[in-house]
Amino acid sequence: MNLAFSEEALTLSKALMKRYPEGKHKSALIPILHIAQAEFNGWLSSDAMDYVASIIGIKPIEVYEVASFYSMFNMQPVGKCSLEVCHTGPCAINGAESLISYLENKLNIKLGQTTADGMFTLKAVECLGSCGSAPMLQCGVNYYENLTNEKADDLINKLTAENRLQSYTDIK
Amino acid sequence: MSRKILLEHIDVPGINTFDTYRKMGGYRSVEKALKTMSPDDVVEEVKKSGMRGRGGAGFPTGMKWSFLAKPVGVPRYLVCNADESEPGTFKDRYLMEKIPHALIEGMITSSYALGANTSYIYIRGEYFYVLRILEKAIAEAYANGFLGKNILGSGYDLDLYVHPGAGAYICGEETALLESLEGKRGNPRVKPPFPAIAGLYACPTVVNNVETIAAIAPIVNMGGDEYAKIGIGRSTGTKLISASGHINNPGIYEIELGLPVEEFIYSDKYCGGIKNGKKLKAVVAGGSSVPILPANLILKTANNEARLMSYESLSDGGFVSGTMLGSGGFIVYDEDSCIVRNTWNFARFYHHESCGQCSPCREGTGWMEKVLHRIEYGHGKLSDIDLLVEVSKKIEGNTICPLGDAAAWPVASAIRHFREEFEWHIKEASISQTRNFGLLAAHEALVK
Repeated sequence: MNLAFSEEALTLSKALMKRYPEGKHKSALIPILHIAQAEFNGWLSSDAMDYVASIIGIKPIEVYEVASFYSMFNMQPVGKCSLEVCHTGPCAINGAESLISYLENKLNIKLGQTTADGMFTLKAVECLGSCGSAPMLQCGVNYYENLTNEKADDLINKLTAENRLQSYTDIK
Repeated sequence: MSRKILLEHIDVPGINTFDTYRKMGGYRSVEKALKTMSPDDVVEEVKKSGMRGRGGAGFPTGMKWSFLAKPVGVPRYLVCNADESEPGTFKDRYLMEKIPHALIEGMITSSYALGANTSYIYIRGEYFYVLRILEKAIAEAYANGFLGKNILGSGYDLDLYVHPGAGAYICGEETALLESLEGKRGNPRVKPPFPAIAGLYACPTVVNNVETIAAIAPIVNMGGDEYAKIGIGRSTGTKLISASGHINNPGIYEIELGLPVEEFIYSDKYCGGIKNGKKLKAVVAGGSSVPILPANLILKTANNEARLMSYESLSDGGFVSGTMLGSGGFIVYDEDSCIVRNTWNFARFYHHESCGQCSPCREGTGWMEKVLHRIEYGHGKLSDIDLLVEVSKKIEGNTICPLGDAAAWPVASAIRHFREEFEWHIKEASISQTRNFGLLAAHEALVK
């Protein structure tokens, strides 16, 4: 294992563990897995999960079983920008399906795939709590709502120009 | 009927900051409770208010609080359920994003009432940007002496933390939420024991929804009896409604309980009517889990009385002709909507979100999704309709948490009220691929 958190991420992880009572610091597992994903290219490899286990002082299996349960944790490599389009009920009746087709054509990938340059992964996800501003997608920490094809074009241009990992959490 | 309590100051610039919130009367409930009331006094006011939990189940909050065990020397916890994931529901996000201090204030006053010295807000991971807003608000509350040691010189200590989830609808179920908060998979626990006896870290715990906790501040400020005068019957107070679907004005509305459904849908103060001048076909009134109702039954009860936005009126007629207020996720469908496709969509959602612990839910949700998919895509058989009803009945009531019921109800109710449309989909498979059932046969059910 040769992975390690940055100094900043390690300090933050240790501070997070102190938020829970003595002996209950395993509670910090999910918050720390979010940090791990931000530190290690947007996904959780076995090495990354083993490393998290070592920080918290729990068995690797305790990390695997949690990481594999939650939909925000990627168990496979992903692009720098995961475009997560909500396709549940209210979004589905207000344009999510056509937005997904538009993005598939534009990026020349299917749902679940990543562009050849490793920039974009396209996903359909379940309700993100943005039902009144459909269609919408999440990329990293940001919500992009009331989308049209033009707005989606602008977003892709913006994210391409930023050219960085869009994570759910920033290490600050 | 347009009384605003939670959102009274929503339009005040800077209301997300401590200073402005305080200037508008914020944190008065903390002062009142800590300086002039005992914890039991606060619980008593909440009981008197008659407020029912705003997360979906509608259980009276004061009663839930009074179940909390208080063994000596054992810590107690208040956990706020900010895992808002019920399709159609986005009110908690709005409240936390716009007026984060309303939740923080409610957390402090409620924690004092329950005797908790450490409290957590469990927020769904997708709302990470809202988590940052809350953390900033919490830091402001600490800096101003409303959190930490010896709050306002009362001798009461409270630490408050925000904890992110990571994408799992099931963590909105309170015992799954507690498992998740302990750093585990979000598998609901077998009850009893209920969290009031053995919750977080096996200690007595109350889990309340964001809107419920935010409403504690006005209840303490005005007194439970005054709060109980707002609303109608046993549906006291105001409720945040998330309006979405085919309407002119989607968004969050605070309504006094008892508002007629018809006014809510058609008034320009609320939804503003159906988009593009279309007719109303159906409504899911309380988040995706509650039974869908056709236009005639959402506007009027089976007894031809005006249907109201209240716990009692919406559930009038039981599941034969009624539904539930649930979380207040109000999804409106116009005349062109395809009920089969919508039902399949919801079934896919529940299949995706089933935690897999109980066989009826794990297998049944997938089975329903598969059958609905084949009906929607022109490969259904007429016997599939009864098969769906049968599977839904075998899930309902046979799981350790309500996700099973939540998955069964949308399917059963869609078939109950729109069976003809399902039959049409199967019999006219080729046509149903290119056009929706729409006005074809549901004509009589449509109004306006």
